[in-house]
Amino acid sequence: MIAVARLTPGYYLTLAAALFTIGAVGLLVRRNTLVMFMCIELMLNAANLTFVSFSKALNDISGQVTVFFTLVVAAAEVAVGLAIIVAIFRRRHHVTADDLNALEG
Amino acid sequence: MQTLIFYICALAVLSGALGVVLAHNPVHSALFLLLTLVSVAVLFLQEGAALVAIIQIVVYASAIVVLFVFVIALLGVDQHESFDEPSLFQRPVAIVLGVLLFVQIVVLAGRHWVTGQQSAHGALDTARSGNVTRLATSLFTDYIWAFEITAVLLVIAVVGGVSLARRSGQRPGGPRVDAAAEADK
Repeated sequence: MIAVARLTPGYYLTLAAALFTIGAVGLLVRRNTLVMFMCIELMLNAANLTFVSFSKALNDISGQVTVFFTLVVAAAEVAVGLAIIVAIFRRRHHVTADDLNALEG
Repeated sequence: MQTLIFYICALAVLSGALGVVLAHNPVHSALFLLLTLVSVAVLFLQEGAALVAIIQIVVYASAIVVLFVFVIALLGVDQHESFDEPSLFQRPVAIVLGVLLFVQIVVLAGRHWVTGQQSAHGALDTARSGNVTRLATSLFTDYIWAFEITAVLLVIAVVGGVSLARRSGQRPGGPRVDAAAEADK
């Protein structure tokens, strides 16, 4: 029975890989910039899960410290990114990524 | 029991992630994101990272998701995102690339890991001190410079966010002065 199998780091790493993949595909597929941001958060979480898994597997605290810093960077990124989205919305009244072609040559 | 918890959380993580990508309404996406974040926090707990799990709940699941929902409420729900193809190949190519990426990561993770070194910065738990003590000790000794730079980064992010979110060309308190001048006339 599969539920008896011992939990190795491989389980967590595979889950993190799947989560990262879903986030990456979502980032490529979606057009709404807010949802694209959420997909970036998914990918950051997958990386965090990997860090914590290796921290457990190698019995090393620095993986968890790295996750701490990743959380801080993610918070800063969300604050600035959402401010940018609000600024774009004020000018153009929609936040669809396909319409943001003002820099197109 | 541990395995059962893992499978339940893994199911919640993956279904939440798929919900984020597939939901048409951004509010639903944010709620699915919340499901994923909380499940990942449970997985953190399961792997002995208690403090990181709590930070995940407090910072991610509360602050960041609330920020998302707040911005969605501010901008209004954008329903007219077109789900039909802007270019013919984009969606199949994205899915194929995603599957390739997944296979690559799994194959690499299944082989030998590059690092075999154990406990470069101290063990995860010692007999006398718990996870929080270990993490704090490491953070304030080995990583003190990174910690200080993080503080600078947060200040820059806050200032940048405020200056971006202010209306461009508007001086602080400018219209109020005009209103007062109007009232004087």
